[in-house]
Amino acid sequence: MAVVETKALSYTYPGGSKPSLRDVSLTIQKGEFVILTGPSGCGKTTLCRCFNGLIPHFYGGELKGDLRVAELKVSEHPIYEMAKRVGLVFQNPENQLFALSVEKDVAFGLENLGMPRDEIRKRVDWTLQMTGIEELRERAPHELSGGQQQRVAIASVLAMQPEIMIFDEPTSFLDPLGAQKIFEVINDLKNKLGITVILVEHRLDLAAKYADHVVIMDEGKIVLDGEPREIFNSETAWLLGVGIPKAVRLWHLLQENGIALGGVPVSSEEATQFLREVLKR
Amino acid sequence: MIEIKDISFTYPTGVEALKDVSLTIGDGEFVAIMGQNGAGKTTLVKHFNGLLKPAKGEVLVDGVSTRDVSVAKLARKVGFVFQNPDHQLFSETVEEEIAFALRNFGFDEATIEKRVTWALNLLDLTEYRKTSPFMLSGGERKRVALASVLAWDPTVVILDEPTIGQDHRQKENLRQFIVQLNGQGKTVVVVTHDVEFVAECNPRVVLMTGGQTVADGEAKKILTDTTLTLAASIVPPQITQIFLGLTDLGLPFDVINVSEAKKILLEYLEGANH
Repeated sequence: MAVVETKALSYTYPGGSKPSLRDVSLTIQKGEFVILTGPSGCGKTTLCRCFNGLIPHFYGGELKGDLRVAELKVSEHPIYEMAKRVGLVFQNPENQLFALSVEKDVAFGLENLGMPRDEIRKRVDWTLQMTGIEELRERAPHELSGGQQQRVAIASVLAMQPEIMIFDEPTSFLDPLGAQKIFEVINDLKNKLGITVILVEHRLDLAAKYADHVVIMDEGKIVLDGEPREIFNSETAWLLGVGIPKAVRLWHLLQENGIALGGVPVSSEEATQFLREVLKR
Repeated sequence: MIEIKDISFTYPTGVEALKDVSLTIGDGEFVAIMGQNGAGKTTLVKHFNGLLKPAKGEVLVDGVSTRDVSVAKLARKVGFVFQNPDHQLFSETVEEEIAFALRNFGFDEATIEKRVTWALNLLDLTEYRKTSPFMLSGGERKRVALASVLAWDPTVVILDEPTIGQDHRQKENLRQFIVQLNGQGKTVVVVTHDVEFVAECNPRVVLMTGGQTVADGEAKKILTDTTLTLAASIVPPQITQIFLGLTDLGLPFDVINVSEAKKILLEYLEGANH
């Protein structure tokens, strides 16, 4: 079942001289883990703003084409309705956090939904545990480091348990182990709760292995859309300067030298396994 | 030269961010300060230009204690590019943003014009000259912040998490750019946890955890030491992870970049064929 469906979607920001999205047709199935990537300024963030209704309801501008998310025609449903179904974690956590304690920030959205207190408490506990920030419960978000703040921001969206979660470079501020943990949490949500994940990411080394579906944009258009191995192996992806994982780069360099591995590795574990087969021969 | 002599620092909230840190950074060095979130990396580098003064110990920049000079004076020598460009940018146009510090340092208008044009060009921002920094993307704003510091030509450039929000190509540009700056004799200090970026630059790495430095040496040595990386919440570079799984075949594990990996694997296979 498709949870996101766009047909010939084009969008220009108010006062914009050229469209930020051009003829975007994309289908995302329920429960997929999608990586959306492409050079800076390619329209990734703009497309995500369409998914939760910020475009057109908040930004205005000119939107053309078809846009259906979680079975709703986005142009006909206000942001607060879309927000229940589509959660968005921003690139910079400071734009999202405001409460005096981590716990209150995470509970805020739930309180707004009118959820019973006991339920809120349980949900907050679960969320803090999932994101590994239980010990920060009483701390003020503005006193935390960038990485800790981003985990709080993710937690406060996670608490709402939306159908679709969009992460706009959620690990930029995290140390690598923290980043890995977040990707695992996100993957867990996908597997356990069937949440559809849309991850906007430049650093693919850590994230690639979780993806079912990779979409690459350039200049407002979708240029590649498909299965990760196929995409990372595509010449177009290399030409666009997408951050191809190092394991794939190594695979490619070896292939140029006449050494064929068993497949395109999307993680270090896979690369080790494929190399082992070749080296032991 | 920057000499950190046994400094400690505690924030007013009571968080002890640095404990007895000593470190010397020589002229023209390229150093990456790495470690987990909250390890004290940013707090440490804020001491390099006097933004923070140590509670204990002292920081000497070219032999002068940061307690004895104003931040304004130190800034001329030690340029600091913040992690979040929004903490730094405030002007109405990119051009004015870059010119601001130059005016404060008392450069004449002709020099300012020349420096601004140079910096815009250097960071590929010329087309945004008359644009408001706040209309730009996060990655572009970071480049404006960097341009505004480089414009006054400090001898030490500190970059706090420069790769955040940069796409792969911009990161590659940044890498070449840093290597070039360093090649011109500038001291470059990068605070980062972008392991792949460091693996490609191969600088001296200072590893921090819990407000202390725990390792100091070549990137290749430190990033491949799994005990150290784990302690600092860092994941070894993907290439190292691959090689760590192949050590039983007699391959080395201290490999951090792709071309080196290729070379080793090809030699191994060639040896096996003979």
